[in-house]
Amino acid sequence: MSDIKKFMYVNRKPPYGTIYAWESLEVVLIGAAFEQDVTLAFVDDGVYQLAKGQDTSELGIKNFSPTYSALGDYDVNKIYVEKESLEARGLTIDDLMDLKYEDEDDDWAEKDSIHVVPAAELAEILENQDVVFSF
Amino acid sequence: MSTLHTVNKSPFDRNSLETCLRLAGKGHSVLLLEDGVYGAMKSSTASGMVEKAMSDVTVYVLGPDMKARGVDESKIIDGIKVVDYKGFVDLTVNNDKVNAWL
Repeated sequence: MSDIKKFMYVNRKPPYGTIYAWESLEVVLIGAAFEQDVTLAFVDDGVYQLAKGQDTSELGIKNFSPTYSALGDYDVNKIYVEKESLEARGLTIDDLMDLKYEDEDDDWAEKDSIHVVPAAELAEILENQDVVFSF
Repeated sequence: MSTLHTVNKSPFDRNSLETCLRLAGKGHSVLLLEDGVYGAMKSSTASGMVEKAMSDVTVYVLGPDMKARGVDESKIIDGIKVVDYKGFVDLTVNNDKVNAWL
């Protein structure tokens, strides 16, 4: 029997106004460390977590956005951004960080981790998860 | 897989209910509790969205949270089922997973 479960983390809050985004990232890394099948979704204001060019130097708090670039090394490479949420905020995939991973099943070819999907497709992805964590 | 979605914020304060209904699958259950119970009320700017979603999902509302807020059953959208805490537990165990929308 497999002990691996499909863990989905749904992120719906922007990055610095509350602790949710950072806490989510911590829990994602814990899930990945226990070698679970991890998927991330960014919906509503959660899409702002992946914005390029974050700089918290004048806030005196940690800019944790570079951590998203490390997710590929933890085999976290299924990152879904809801198309409707992105468009509602006047953003496109070019406004987001360019997250990549190396596919070990394809001669370590570098591939995109982020996929922009419409709500209907994201609903199906959610359907197939064993556990959902909301942040 | 059957899913219970819980929403505990008013639809007039947050978009949790709207997003929940957009991403919930056919045949899923949605339980409105705490300030989420306001989303179950008739004749509001949110009720159309809830009524539309009810062709795909079953909506429940937690009775004790309605009572605490003075929300009478007669003010609830037709077809929404009022449950008590025991009903909440039943919904939790009868679904494969719970998605708590914050």
